[in-house]
Amino acid sequence: MSSAGRAGTVVWALAVLLAAAIVARATYVADLSAFLPRAPTAAQRLLVEQLRAGPAVHLIMLAIEGGEPETRAQLSLQLAARLRADPAFAAVNNGDAAQLQRDREFLLAHRYLLADDVTPQRFTVDGLHAAIGDSLDALAAPEGLLLKPLFPRDPTGELLAILDSLGPGAAPHTDAGVWSSPSGARALLLVQTRAAGSDTDAQQAACEAIRRAFAAAVTALPAAQRAAPRLLMSGPPVFAVESRAIVKQEVLRLSAVSAVLITVLLLAVYRSLPALVLTLVPVLSGALAGVAAVALGFGAVHGITLGFGVTLIGEAVDYSIYLFIQSGGDFRRTVWPTIRLGVLTSICGFAALLPSAFPGLAQLGLYSIAGLVAAALVTRFVLPHWAQGVRSVRDLSAAGEKLVRALAGLQRRRAAAALALLALAAAAVLYLQRGALFSRELAALNPIPLAAQRLDDELRADAGAPDVRYIAIASGTDREAALAAAQRLSGRLSPLVDAGVIGSFQSPTRYLPPRAVQLARQASLPTEGELRARLAAALAGLPVKPGVLEPFVADVAAARRGATLTEADLAGTSLAAATDALLVHTSAGWSALLPVAVSDGDLAPGALARLRAAVAAQDGAPLLDLKAEADALYGGYLAAAGRLALLGLAAIVVLLAVALRSAARVARVVAPLVLAVLTVAALLVVTHHRLTILHVVGMLLIVAVGSNYALFFDRSSARPYEGSVPRTLASLGVANAATVIAFGVLAFSRVPVLADLGSTVAPGTLLALWFSGLLARPAAAGRA
Amino acid sequence: MNVRRHGPIAGALAALWLAAGAVAGPPVPAATVQADAPRDDFTALLGLLAARRHGRVSFTEVHEMAMLERPLRSAGELLYEAPDRLEKRTLEPRRESLILEHGVLTAQRGRRTHVLRLRDYPQVVPFVESIRATLAGDRAALEHYFHVQFSGDLGHWTLELVPVDATVAHTVRDIRISGAREVIHSVEIRQSDGDRSLLTIGAEVPP
Repeated sequence: MSSAGRAGTVVWALAVLLAAAIVARATYVADLSAFLPRAPTAAQRLLVEQLRAGPAVHLIMLAIEGGEPETRAQLSLQLAARLRADPAFAAVNNGDAAQLQRDREFLLAHRYLLADDVTPQRFTVDGLHAAIGDSLDALAAPEGLLLKPLFPRDPTGELLAILDSLGPGAAPHTDAGVWSSPSGARALLLVQTRAAGSDTDAQQAACEAIRRAFAAAVTALPAAQRAAPRLLMSGPPVFAVESRAIVKQEVLRLSAVSAVLITVLLLAVYRSLPALVLTLVPVLSGALAGVAAVALGFGAVHGITLGFGVTLIGEAVDYSIYLFIQSGGDFRRTVWPTIRLGVLTSICGFAALLPSAFPGLAQLGLYSIAGLVAAALVTRFVLPHWAQGVRSVRDLSAAGEKLVRALAGLQRRRAAAALALLALAAAAVLYLQRGALFSRELAALNPIPLAAQRLDDELRADAGAPDVRYIAIASGTDREAALAAAQRLSGRLSPLVDAGVIGSFQSPTRYLPPRAVQLARQASLPTEGELRARLAAALAGLPVKPGVLEPFVADVAAARRGATLTEADLAGTSLAAATDALLVHTSAGWSALLPVAVSDGDLAPGALARLRAAVAAQDGAPLLDLKAEADALYGGYLAAAGRLALLGLAAIVVLLAVALRSAARVARVVAPLVLAVLTVAALLVVTHHRLTILHVVGMLLIVAVGSNYALFFDRSSARPYEGSVPRTLASLGVANAATVIAFGVLAFSRVPVLADLGSTVAPGTLLALWFSGLLARPAAAGRA
Repeated sequence: MNVRRHGPIAGALAALWLAAGAVAGPPVPAATVQADAPRDDFTALLGLLAARRHGRVSFTEVHEMAMLERPLRSAGELLYEAPDRLEKRTLEPRRESLILEHGVLTAQRGRRTHVLRLRDYPQVVPFVESIRATLAGDRAALEHYFHVQFSGDLGHWTLELVPVDATVAHTVRDIRISGAREVIHSVEIRQSDGDRSLLTIGAEVPP
């Protein structure tokens, strides 16, 4: 080995060690956040923050099905008891009697701070007379039986007013004393984990703790009942864990399959084990460099990025293939300049991904650039020295000759005409389908299997917590300010409920009114002496015996003296979780979320306008239409991805123009690539695929990878005396086969983003090679 | 978001059922029937009540409570359509309506409407079952929820129902229903604390 070779080897070894150290220390994440875009508007930012880190990401829905209702109830109680003892869980709700009792006691104890009715007017002689009269009417009504015990403490009916204001259907059904699905077939629990939503390891530990607790609860059952009950789980933490597992499995499986197939291909071509091993060196070096670069650039590596790593095999393996197959002449002079230009065009393509608002795509861009550069450098400066002893690669000149003759035999005019027709047809298909070309839903990128998504919908419906579509948002610099804004917003929404415009709405101020409001309510309560005097007058004409209302007088006196409510007072009730979920800390301060329930189905257009007007009337509070925002968000990023892809293409054209210095040659290189992209897009549309952002990225990759082929054809045409045309053709065929294998395997992935990419790039690069061959100048094929 | 007026409405439902029984036919089962003659009468009564398809009657109700100086009175109409629709319309002292249909209770008072699913309130099930089982002639279900005493004869009978369930028995000591053939005259609920209510059925209301 020459001294240059030794130096190259040493640098390579040091770089590998460094990269390996970085890779070993990197953190890996797999939640969905990589495909949640960074958002432009305040409302969208809030939406994305909620999806990334809001309280909802801690929620796990559990369902127990199978067996008898009593068995399920028993399991629910057991499971809840075990999970409540586990510090990993912030809240465990299953609707049992003890929990309802705690909630009820909280509301009763703090009714004078919580009820809207508590005003000075309420506690005048007239106000008391009217309120107590109403309560007596209720006592005469059928429910009087159960209201009766409350009457001496709460003769003005504040607790009922609070319960009334909560609206119907706020909680799941109950069966055998615990929450259940409406049909009664499942017992339900809602669990909140304490760990951050992005801490997938902790979420996984929580999920496992739940399964263990369930298994233990089942074991405690009599033997005959153990077989039937099953535990179902859903919710963001479950999805995060599941998607990480899926991605991990897929990455391992796909990489293994690709590696095996490409190994077989290369062995068949090379008939040389050392050459095969050396071929993999640039690929593995590139992968290592790519992961290290992402770890340095982004702080954490997303699992999906590793999945895209397969894509790197597709291109990096080509370099060593060119080296081994075309190396009849001087590699550095004949093959390397073309590879170098190919790497540069690919970098142009991938660089367009770097500014992407999807962190996942930006990571893919950085990963690919670093990986390709590393692979190319290794191919150029390290591999040739090592490969000096490995010259026994089978000469593919004979096979190449056949390809040359086949190309030469083509009637070029006819081929060009056919391709022109193909281009027209593809363009026509795309034009006719222009309205339905693109998938407009973010859900198209979701790696969670459809069955799991359906289970999630079912459990949400079971729990009476369907996905909310409209959320009014009240913000402030701190919690108090946000609560105060929420209180004003509630005041504007209530009339809409009364008018039937909306069904109901929730607000954190139901259980945690702003301090100012609490103080005002406290101030409306009369002193004990005053209350006694007014009560005596108010009871005139009412049949209440003297002394019966002593508990009322005592409660009011206590409420008047008592401290105001804070979040700590909610601890231990299921109301704490509800309040937590509705009061969120954002980058800009605090926001109170007021989810609006629609009476049935969707809001009428007029109703939506009234809702918007009411929400925006003060503070300019936004009304978030979750579905519209999410879809708009995705649409925006899709458009941005399209712009970036075009930008990448433009950069490639500019680069080629600079390198080739001939418009005609640039056109010859670019035309087959554009044609391949058009054809693949048309094929996808014809096979009923809606194009997603990953398809768009795939098209960029077709151009990036395909440009290598076109450049070799161009070189063969321009300087046929350099290198062997048959060998070049043969190496292109092998390189393309490797690429098609790598991406073809990806196309069978269960992860939509990987499948979309694979199903675009595999056929696209194959077509790019064919079209490049067909459109190459005859000179390329004419000489051997 | 998890607390609602389970209790009051559950009670309403229980009372509605009892009142509805007054229209449709009382829960007349005899779990502990002493003599042969009453047993025959009870069987005959079940047949008469099950044959009745609808009814609309006026009612008055009196509640006596220890904490009140004088009883509370209310009045209105009761309606029944076989097999499972029951309605209690209170007209005085203020209007309200309770409708039970297919296991769902709709309560309307003022502008507010509450919709409740029966199966969410297991404590009410005994009351509901007493009526449902009576209408269906399901003696086994009646014996499951109540100790039943039948006295008198078809022409003038009284049923005494004592809840089996301890939670229910904690509030309600017994329920006495009296009537003549398929017509019910009164439903008296005696509570464990000594308070009581008496629902008196009046004349048939013309449609």
